[in-house]
Amino acid sequence: MSSDWETVIGLEVHCELRTVTKLFCGCRNAFGDEPNTNICPVCLGLPGSLPVLNRQAVELAMRIGAALHCEVRGSIFHRKNYFYPDMPKDYQISQYDEPLNVNGSLELPDGTRIGIERAHMEEDTGKTTHVGTSGRIHGADFSLVDYNRAGVPLVEIVSRPDIRGAEQARTYVSELRAILVATGASDGKMEEGSLRVDANVSVHHPDEAFGTRCEIKNLNSLRSLGRAIDYEVRRQISVLEDGGRVVQETRHWNEDEGRTSSMRSKEEAYDYRYFPEPDLVPIDPPETWKAAVRESLPVLPAQRRRELAARAGMAPADVALLVELDLDALVTSAVALGADPRIAVNRAANEVAAALGSAPSLDPAAFATVCRMEAEGRLTATQAKAVLGELLVSGGDPVAIADARGFAPVDSGLVEAAVDDAIGADAAAWARYVAGEDKVAGMFVGKVMKATGGKADGGTVTAILQRKRSAAQA
Amino acid sequence: MTAVEIAADVRAGRRSAREVVEAHLARVAESDGEIHAFLHVDVDGALRAAGRVDDCVARGEDPGPLAGVPIALKDNLCTRGLPTTCASRILEGWLPPYTATAVQRVVERGAIPLGKTNLDEFAMGSSTENSAYGPTRNPRDLHRVPGGSSGGSAAAVAAGFAPLALGSDTGGSIRQPAALCGVVGVKPTYGAVSRYGLIAFASSLDQIGPFATTVADAALLLEAIAGPDPLDSTSWPEALPPIDVRADVAGLRVGLVRELSGEGIAPDVAARVAAAADALGAAGAKVDEVSVPGARYALSAYYLIAPAEASSNLARYDGVRYGLRVARDDISETYGATREQGFGAEVKRRIMLGTYALSAGYYDAYYGQAQRARTLLIRDFAAAYEQFDVLLSPTAPTTAFELGAKTADPLAMYLSDVCTIPTNLAGHPAISVPFGVGVDGLPIGVQVLAPALGEAVMFRVAAALEEMAP
Repeated sequence: MSSDWETVIGLEVHCELRTVTKLFCGCRNAFGDEPNTNICPVCLGLPGSLPVLNRQAVELAMRIGAALHCEVRGSIFHRKNYFYPDMPKDYQISQYDEPLNVNGSLELPDGTRIGIERAHMEEDTGKTTHVGTSGRIHGADFSLVDYNRAGVPLVEIVSRPDIRGAEQARTYVSELRAILVATGASDGKMEEGSLRVDANVSVHHPDEAFGTRCEIKNLNSLRSLGRAIDYEVRRQISVLEDGGRVVQETRHWNEDEGRTSSMRSKEEAYDYRYFPEPDLVPIDPPETWKAAVRESLPVLPAQRRRELAARAGMAPADVALLVELDLDALVTSAVALGADPRIAVNRAANEVAAALGSAPSLDPAAFATVCRMEAEGRLTATQAKAVLGELLVSGGDPVAIADARGFAPVDSGLVEAAVDDAIGADAAAWARYVAGEDKVAGMFVGKVMKATGGKADGGTVTAILQRKRSAAQA
Repeated sequence: MTAVEIAADVRAGRRSAREVVEAHLARVAESDGEIHAFLHVDVDGALRAAGRVDDCVARGEDPGPLAGVPIALKDNLCTRGLPTTCASRILEGWLPPYTATAVQRVVERGAIPLGKTNLDEFAMGSSTENSAYGPTRNPRDLHRVPGGSSGGSAAAVAAGFAPLALGSDTGGSIRQPAALCGVVGVKPTYGAVSRYGLIAFASSLDQIGPFATTVADAALLLEAIAGPDPLDSTSWPEALPPIDVRADVAGLRVGLVRELSGEGIAPDVAARVAAAADALGAAGAKVDEVSVPGARYALSAYYLIAPAEASSNLARYDGVRYGLRVARDDISETYGATREQGFGAEVKRRIMLGTYALSAGYYDAYYGQAQRARTLLIRDFAAAYEQFDVLLSPTAPTTAFELGAKTADPLAMYLSDVCTIPTNLAGHPAISVPFGVGVDGLPIGVQVLAPALGEAVMFRVAAALEEMAP
């Protein structure tokens, strides 16, 4: 693959809203119920039925808009006309040229801003299962349709083509997912179809105009998203480098085969014949409602990263994991109680994170004490990890745990003496270390640890060795 | 007997709902074989409902303002457990699991549905000849059409099968058949009556309304069905202002619409409208000519907007979930075969017209342009209503025409609605009142138009015309 190709990606993420009822009727919005039990004349599109807009869905859509820094504005619904068995009316009520949310942005942990073109409301379709060898509608023996999902409220979040690779696309989706969960709009469960992603992918040489794009559908996990983009980028580059041209089309990602295949070309694309939905009236949220939505938003991940990073004196990207795991509050509390920020971040991101889900909640004061003891040299890093491990399993007082385990601070003179003993015992190794062979240090540290019964701090021993080497070299 | 009289008698216990219903069913049994107003007569249901009304009276309770009044329902109104076909093969055998709000309201007020009436398939037509189940004949002359699309409801009232009927009006489908059958027909303000359960033809134009033999009966029925409905987002959020049927027009300003009077209007119809204007003048109204320039483009705009909405509304009849399914090996072929066999020629014509009007590259020239014409028409009406309280025009350009006279010429058929379409595009109310007969002895209707929610003044003028009709 030539290195001067640049990948350009725009993502369309469909987010099912966590409302009590569907978008246009009073049926339950629930995943996993017995098929075709949450249905009524409206979501089945029976003759004579009419849609009535769900206020909670509008509010959640506005929350998404506000969280993505969009302009939230008056909007109308359109009908998107096409035939498909899982779409009861053979048109989808969606938003077209007057969407609810426009012109927003999303900040990735590394500070990159991805533009959000729009985040509009629409209804979900039913769910079709094609039974037969193909797994697609053509060639199926028969198809089963579950209309429980028909009419579930969706917000489709359309990014600008600002994403530059599979990894960034995955980061974008995880960040978006975190925001959607934080706002209460979504449960974020990709495995249940709560978030579904379509990717528009093209490649070009950075100094040229964007290439022709293909839209990839059926991306149901971050893994699929990454693999599909990587595959598609390789495919497009290979087509172009063979002198061909990329055809604008919709492509289907096949997870098992690990490849995309053509679904329909631009020429075969549907003409959706959009026109304003006459059965609904325009949405025009008053300023008071918009303000209330903005004020009720929780602190969002980007802000939480900035706050924690500032407190810990680190870069926002370095604390992203902690925010993602919801451990930033623990670290912040511990720091307020006197813990060293770097040690707190380190221990939280490793030992505490590893125990998440299995351990009872960690008392921030106890956590702060362990971090402080480590910072003050009363515990070595190894000892601090051991104390923290016990705290995470059974709780208790860190000082008492350290005492019970016999973790007393080692006399620094004692460590110094042990280092001297180790050097004296192997002059040849010492000479190699002084000559610049760094890996020999490990052997000396091991000997000192053995001599001190494991109570010396590895970092301290290394520091002493380095100091003595500098003296020997001078 | 009028609905007002029947309800008064039944409420007072002077007459049982059962005897009223039996008398009307007997008339249906006697004459509907040749008229064919009904697609389905629900004898058992009607007698059971009459029994409930009588039990209610026996308990000393009030069954409501429509107590014991038989009513005929256009077969595009959903009725739970009763066939609802839209006069189409594609809905043959379908039983709705729910009842339209307007039907629910008349039943709750004591009315007795006798059955479902014939119509042009999916309400597309002006003669009821586009029914998949055969045409309805005009009770005034069995060789003539009753008008349409609500021809069955108009004929049912004209034949005395029921004093009241419900129809739907998208471009004149209540008023034009009312005029041709010599009864009263009302297209209420868009949103005054819930559309929930009315099978859509063109959603932004469709409105349910009453047929009756008198203006007072029409008002009684309209008051029963009007009012906000949480199931219809486009229903007007407040109650309709009380309707006034005093025949008092003194001081009212009445405008004779120039664009709906001249070309294409039969001389005998024009003469009746002029006579109606004179009569109103004599009764103290101030009558003058008025121009509504946008009305000239109404028919053209209508035949883009209505088919466009219809092409989308009728997409759901695909053989997947209900109604006719003509099974083929492939889903696309099943769609095609089902719709080919299920829809009649006029429905197909309008679906194609509407699909074309909404297509990429044509939208602005057709649908977009039609919506702009609609906006201009609304502006012109607003200007007219600054000078006039109501407007006056013929309801239909001619009296009832002979069966088959226009079936080969869709454009001639479309012109039957030239006077009624502008109010649908504007969302305004209008009423057709019988006002004498033409040279052929057949009824002529005069149309009274009013601004949005102007039903009260519209009914006053209609009552005056009724009183002064020859």
